[in-house]
Formats: sequence, structure tokens, C-alpha cells
Amino acid sequence: MSSSLEVRNTLDGKKQEPSRPARTQGSSASPRWSWRSIQRIKGASFTWPFVVGFAVFTILPVIVGLAQSLYTSKTSGLGFGAATVSFAGFDNFARGLVDPVFWDSMLRVSIYAVVIVPVIQVVSLVLALLIDAVQRRIANRFRLILLVPYMIPGIVATMIWIYLYSPVVGPLKPFLGFFGLDVDFFSGSMIWVSIGNLALWGAIGFNMLILYGALQAVPREIFDAARVDGASEFRIATSIKVPYVQASLVLTGLLSIIGTLQIFAEPTLFRSISPETITKDFTPSMVIYNQAFQVGNLNYAAAQSIILAAVVGVASVIIYRLTKKVDS
Amino acid sequence: MTLTSVTADSPRTEEEVQKSVLKSRRRPRPKNIREADDSSELNGRRGGSRMVVIIGLVLFALYSIGPAWWLIVSSTKTKEDLYTTDAMWFANFSLFDNLSSLFTYQDGIFGVWMWNSTLYAFAGSIGHTLVSLAAGYGLAMYSFRGKGTTMGFIIGSFLIPGALLTIPSYLLFVQLGMYDTIWAMIIPAFFSPFAVYLAKIYAEGAVPGELLEAARIDGAGEYRIFFQIAFRLMTTAGATIFLLHFVGSWNAFFGPMVFLRGADKWPVMLGLYSWLQRGTDSTVDLTGLVITGSLVATIPMVILMIAMQRYWRSGVAMGSLK
Repeated sequence: MSSSLEVRNTLDGKKQEPSRPARTQGSSASPRWSWRSIQRIKGASFTWPFVVGFAVFTILPVIVGLAQSLYTSKTSGLGFGAATVSFAGFDNFARGLVDPVFWDSMLRVSIYAVVIVPVIQVVSLVLALLIDAVQRRIANRFRLILLVPYMIPGIVATMIWIYLYSPVVGPLKPFLGFFGLDVDFFSGSMIWVSIGNLALWGAIGFNMLILYGALQAVPREIFDAARVDGASEFRIATSIKVPYVQASLVLTGLLSIIGTLQIFAEPTLFRSISPETITKDFTPSMVIYNQAFQVGNLNYAAAQSIILAAVVGVASVIIYRLTKKVDS
Repeated sequence: MTLTSVTADSPRTEEEVQKSVLKSRRRPRPKNIREADDSSELNGRRGGSRMVVIIGLVLFALYSIGPAWWLIVSSTKTKEDLYTTDAMWFANFSLFDNLSSLFTYQDGIFGVWMWNSTLYAFAGSIGHTLVSLAAGYGLAMYSFRGKGTTMGFIIGSFLIPGALLTIPSYLLFVQLGMYDTIWAMIIPAFFSPFAVYLAKIYAEGAVPGELLEAARIDGAGEYRIFFQIAFRLMTTAGATIFLLHFVGSWNAFFGPMVFLRGADKWPVMLGLYSWLQRGTDSTVDLTGLVITGSLVATIPMVILMIAMQRYWRSGVAMGSLK
């Protein structure tokens, strides 16, 4: 794209250079600048607001975070008087790398992510295949209903499920009690299942939409050819449709893992119901929040943020590599 | 021309009469492959598997709307009925009482939160859309020094997890005097690498270079070309970017929790959370208020998403297929 544009620009440049500068840009520019380089600068200037904002609100925080993590701040005695800030090198990282509270939370969330993300992917795929198997008119109707969870804000969804799980106002406990099951959704053994169900509920509609979009791009002739060869609808789904949407599956899976490792809102809301199960250090993001704003150690929190970012980055690369290997 | 339009329309009306003679006679020579596939599902031979598919979809549909149904039902109940009556069906209708207590509790703080959410979402999304469209357009249509670097940073920043930025951003906002002001919710929202990426991909497809050349020959300046021509060609991308950010802003939780202190500046999600928290650890029972408040905070989103379906779907497609 860009190279063809360049060619086009040079062609036009040659053609029009003599007449251009005087008419349009000539008035503001000094004569030694060709109209083409002015055009380039103007083109670049479209990106300037973004570049400046990106530098201030993304690059700068990364630098500030890196710098902060290298210092340590100590308040004297009982916390009166100004804190003394001193350079600590990699002390915060050394502490973070062996902090059992932090790594416990990381392990907890990693196990959860490794289980829930594939579950969401598989269920979304099944849903997309089901939708793809009915006529358009019916599909459209179901699609809107299945997207209802996507339209409900995440915090509201979490609250709804908290109440649904609740033994006092929720219908789920009596419903399961009817089958002789006594389930405490907020107990230590069930809490991840409860949060996982909430995540599944919120994610399948949207993921289905992405996968359905990818399925629509599959040339329909292939299905007809397969039918002529005697393939069943199920076989068509597993052997033709699924391989076609693998790339989309990888993309959505990767994004889900990155998001899941940073999970904060859902457990924080659940914590207000069952603080004894969900401790203040339940997930890495909660550890960081707690460290920064309850304990007040921003330097250590910054170091933990960087460690979390590194873990997320390494996880992304590993998953990307693995899925590429599977593809080839 | 007439032929194609007839075949495109006919399945819609005919689906009602699924096994009509007309249909089976038409099938051998379908004009459109897509429709041929649709009609083949109607084949009686596959009736059994079709049943399974429909049952599966109905179960998923129930799972999807059940919780939403519960929210609607519960918000019409009195405080007492909430605990005593069947959770999935209506009891004494007191939605309007609930609404009035929702908007009068604590001097109407809920109304303030709703207003804050609306303000942050609108102001943030407008700036976000303008900045992203301009940058995406610039990156797609021009070649200039630093373009490659900018794209590199944009793609690279997709890998930066939000968790990394939150604490340093807090420190930065304190330094800039933005902490605990509405600006902390609005200005940083303008700059999103992902939206720029979407805008760039869209501009590459929707804005023809020849058109820009023609406009230049007619004497239009680069900025005029953008605002009068390209901007209009990019309205779909603009609406998508606007909508995606609007929704994201409405649902935001971690950011407001870190960057805002005063309850009068909170968006509605943070406010509802504070009620959920208080309702459980003190003697006041705010459950009814949280439920009604959740419904009120959800309605604008649902209306917006249904009205603008076309746009966020195209956003989904842009994000996944390109």
C-alpha cells in the first residue's frame, strides 16, 4: 500500500511541480521546499496529536514505572515527616521475584486462565457452528439474543451473577437444591467456577460473533463439494469450518489470556461478598492495587507491575509460538 | 438485475413455507451460492440434526438472557419481595418506587454518577475518534519519515498490559494535577493505539488515493481534503471507534478506582460498587438500590448497542479479519 502510494506521489510530483507551489501551498512555504515535502509534512501532521498523546500517556508512564521501580521510599519511624527516597537498584525486583503472596496470586490466576480460556473458545466455537448451521433469518434472531450479555456492562454482569449465586436472593441455590445439590458458590472450591461461569457468560456471544464472521468468509462451494463427496454436516464442521477459523481462535484466545492474567474487577466485586474466600491478594492486579494504595509502597507496586507485564508478555509469545507450530 | 433481486428476496418470504413445491423446483438452479446453502439445510433428510442444532441454540439463548431477565424482574420488586418471592417471576410491581428511591438516596448521588459516566463517555469518545481518525488517515495515505517507527510503536503497544500503566499513570496524573479531576477520565482516553490501527486499516480500504489526487488537482489543501472528503468516507470507521470507546468508557472500573477519589466524580459503575460494598458490610440493605441502579445503568448501553449494531459488528470484523 505505502509503496504504491509513494510511486503515485513521485509520478504526480514530477507532473505538477511547476504549477503547484504558487497556487496552494506557496504562500506559507519558503521557496526551497518542494510542494511534495510540504505535503509529506502535512500528512505527518495528521498523526501528531496522537503521537504527542501517546508519548505522554503511554511511553512516559512506562518510563516513570521503570524509574520508580528502581527506587525505595522510607518514612521515618511512625510515618511522620517527609519520606526519604533512595536508589535501590533491583531490590524491588529481587523482592518481587520471591514474594510468595505475589506468586501465589499469579499461580492462581494462571491456572484459571489456562482452564477458562480454552473452555470459552470451545463453547464459542460450538455456538458459532450452531448459528452457522441454521438459516440466516433464524441465525439473525438468535444472534441478537446471544449478544445480550455483551451489551451488559461487565460490572453489572458481575453484580447480577453475585446475586444469582447468593443464597438469600438468588434462584440458583434453590434450583440446584431441587436436584439435591447443595452448592456454596462463594466457597473456596467453587469461587473460580463461579467467576469462570461469569466470564463464559460474558464472552461467548462476542467470541461467537468473531468466529461467525470468519465462518462467513469460507467459500460456500467447498461445502457443496464436500456434500457431493458424501460428507456429513458434522464432518464438514470439524474438517472444513474449524481449520478455517483457527487464526481467529488464536487471536481471541491470546487476547483472552492477556486479559485474564490481569483480572481485577470481578474478584474485587466478589470480595465484597465473601472477603474470607477472596483475600485482598487474590489476583496479581489486586496485589498491586493493595500494595500501591493500601500499603502505600508505590515503588514496589511499580516493580510488581513490570513483573506482571513481563509474565503476560512471555505468556503471549509462548502461546503465539505454540499455535504457530500447530498450524504448520 | 431484476433476476438477482428476486432471488435475493424470495427465500425470506419462502422460509415460512419451508417445503413448498416452488422451493424445491427453484433449488436446482440457485443464483446465489449462499442461499443455496441455506435452503439445503431445510432438507428433510437432515431434520434430526437440525432439531439438535435448534435445541442447542435455545439452551444457549436461555443461558444468555436468563440473568438479564432476573435483573428486570428483580428491579420491579419491593425490598421484601426480593427475599421472599420466586426470583424469576414478578411480584408486587414497585419499579417506580424503586426508581424514586434510587434517584433520591443520598441527595440524588446516583443521578450525578449517571451524568459523570455520560460526560466521560461522550467527551472521551469524541476526542478519541477525532485523534484516531486523523492519525489513521495520515498513516494510511502519506509516506513520511518516522511512519514506520510510529507503526512499530502502535503494534508494540498492543502487548503492553494495562496493569503496567496504571500505577505510573497515577503518579503522572498527580504530577500533572490531573489526579481526582474529570480530566483524568477524559484526556488520556483520546490516545488509543488500537483505534488508530483500526482507522488506518479502514482508511486504506475506503479512501482511494486517486480521489485525493483529483482533489489536489482541483486545488484543495491537505487539511481540507481530510475534513471535507476523507472524513466523510471514514464515517463507518469513525462510528465504530466512537462506539467501542463509548462502551469501554461506560464499563470502566479499575481506572476510575485508581484515578478518582471524590464520590461526586465517580462514574456509575464505581458508584454501584461502593453501594454493593456498603450494603454487605453495614446494617443498611442497599441490595434493592444496587439492582435497580444496575438496570438503569445498563439501559443506555443496550439501546446504543442495538441502534448501532452495524458499526460494532464492522469493528469486530475489522479487528478479526484484517
